[in-house]
Amino acid sequence: MENNKIVVTYRKSYTSKLLTALTWGAFCLAMAVLAFLVLFILIKGLGNITPDLFALEYTSENASLVPAVVNTLFMTIISLLIAVPLGVFAAIFLVEYTDNKGKLVSLIRITAETLSGIPSIVYGLFGMLFFATALNWGYSMLTGAFTMAIMILPLIMRTSEEALLSVPDSYREASFGLGAGKLRTIFRIVLPSAIPGILSGIILGTGRVVGETAALIFTAGTVAKYAGFMDSGRTLAVHMYVLSSEGLHMDKAYATAVILLGFVLLINGLSGLAAKKIAKG
Amino acid sequence: MKVREMKETLMKIVFLIAACASVLAVILICVFLFANGIPAIRQIGVFDFLLGKTWKPGNNLYGVLPMIMGSIYVTAGAIIFGVPIALLTSIFLARFCPHKIYGFCRSAINLMAGVPSVVYGFFGLVVLVPFVKEVFGIPNGNTMLTASILLAIMILPTVVGVTESALQSVPDSYYEGALALGATHTQSVFFIVVPAAKSGIIAGIVLGIGRAVGETMAVIMVAGNQARMPKGLTKGIRTLTSNIVLEMGYAADLHREALIATGVVLFVFILIINLIVTVLNRRSEHGK
Repeated sequence: MENNKIVVTYRKSYTSKLLTALTWGAFCLAMAVLAFLVLFILIKGLGNITPDLFALEYTSENASLVPAVVNTLFMTIISLLIAVPLGVFAAIFLVEYTDNKGKLVSLIRITAETLSGIPSIVYGLFGMLFFATALNWGYSMLTGAFTMAIMILPLIMRTSEEALLSVPDSYREASFGLGAGKLRTIFRIVLPSAIPGILSGIILGTGRVVGETAALIFTAGTVAKYAGFMDSGRTLAVHMYVLSSEGLHMDKAYATAVILLGFVLLINGLSGLAAKKIAKG
Repeated sequence: MKVREMKETLMKIVFLIAACASVLAVILICVFLFANGIPAIRQIGVFDFLLGKTWKPGNNLYGVLPMIMGSIYVTAGAIIFGVPIALLTSIFLARFCPHKIYGFCRSAINLMAGVPSVVYGFFGLVVLVPFVKEVFGIPNGNTMLTASILLAIMILPTVVGVTESALQSVPDSYYEGALALGATHTQSVFFIVVPAAKSGIIAGIVLGIGRAVGETMAVIMVAGNQARMPKGLTKGIRTLTSNIVLEMGYAADLHREALIATGVVLFVFILIINLIVTVLNRRSEHGK
């Protein structure tokens, strides 16, 4: 770098002023885009939230979103029921039973990293080929939920791992000192202290499932009805995609976008709360 | 005593099995994707598939090159628009942001990361598409340019997240040393701290590239989706991801397999990108 020029004082350094202005400018631009997006959707959408949007049944004249909301909750719950135990147990293995070295541990880490980078459409293809075709589950909530579970698994693993690592070793030593075994120490001492961190991972995972579209179109399908385990059903994000690509119910697409954004705001708020709890310890 | 020991061992095995779930998942994904995609590539012919310029399932022509080029162009556009802004934003957050508003700024970026891609796509459809149509005076606003702008917005939080933590992890002594030599705050940050965080920053950008290549729904909604070689910024374009979603619904036989093979190409792209990120991250950890 041009070291000889760095002698100039702050006031006279025009490059410094310019670069500072640029960082502020870029930041303001990013915030402006976000504010524009959120406000645009809120302003256009809030007026379109009408009672018939919340009709209990979906019909071709009235694109009600209640079945989609119910399906979204259902889908989220099943996929969390699969992914959370797997992810938390995997994190327990990595943190409590290994010294973070060895081939198996690095293999687990590499695969988890790989999973978190795979695009959702590839998950969709895989879910279609494996759960729907090879296991013969067809387009169903279960196919969708298993696909979602694999998708959020690395997220749950990583946040649980961080949460377990942040539990002070003195807790474990005290528990061992009192004569508790390893298992008891993990379930009675370590896990309860790590719950806020694990919770924030679960909340982030919920956000992923709620927002996912591409992977669900080919696994859970797009039927706009209340769905059981083996039925095809659309979640809210899929509902939103179908509405906007059909172009028949644009007003309802706006309203659905508001509700999706509402979910995201809620989820972000909750994970913020969980994070604060960790900071308090 | 015996029962307790058995329980301990049993649970250890349960934990081990859970830990292997991600390994199993990656193996299953590779096996199923490749087993279903490779035969189609073979049948079509590797060169005809990867380098063929026409995609006409009706005529049994499955050339995926237009989609590969589409993905590359759209991603390049997103990087050109998005990365400078993302980099400056993360420098701002790491070193310029007033303490009072930092928490707010971070949660705003997190909010941006959490907005579902279908909502971004919808925003693009109702705001960006008409905007581009108006500005360029073209009959249809579903263009490569529109998709690039939208993707630039979408990858911003990803790139900011990684580069900011790379910048934060540069030791304070570097910055202080620069100040002590008479550099201004801005000079220290831009000429000392940023170069020191180089490999972390590049990892962030590569991760952003991965996100842009893999993004599906938002691109479908704004890119026009014509399956032909990209012809210019103001023309429509189809990416690898959209090719799959658009036609999978009604495809059968070889057509369906060719779409899965498109997924294989995409998957290989992403694996290479992931590998680069891993190597870069490892290097930035060693550099500390």
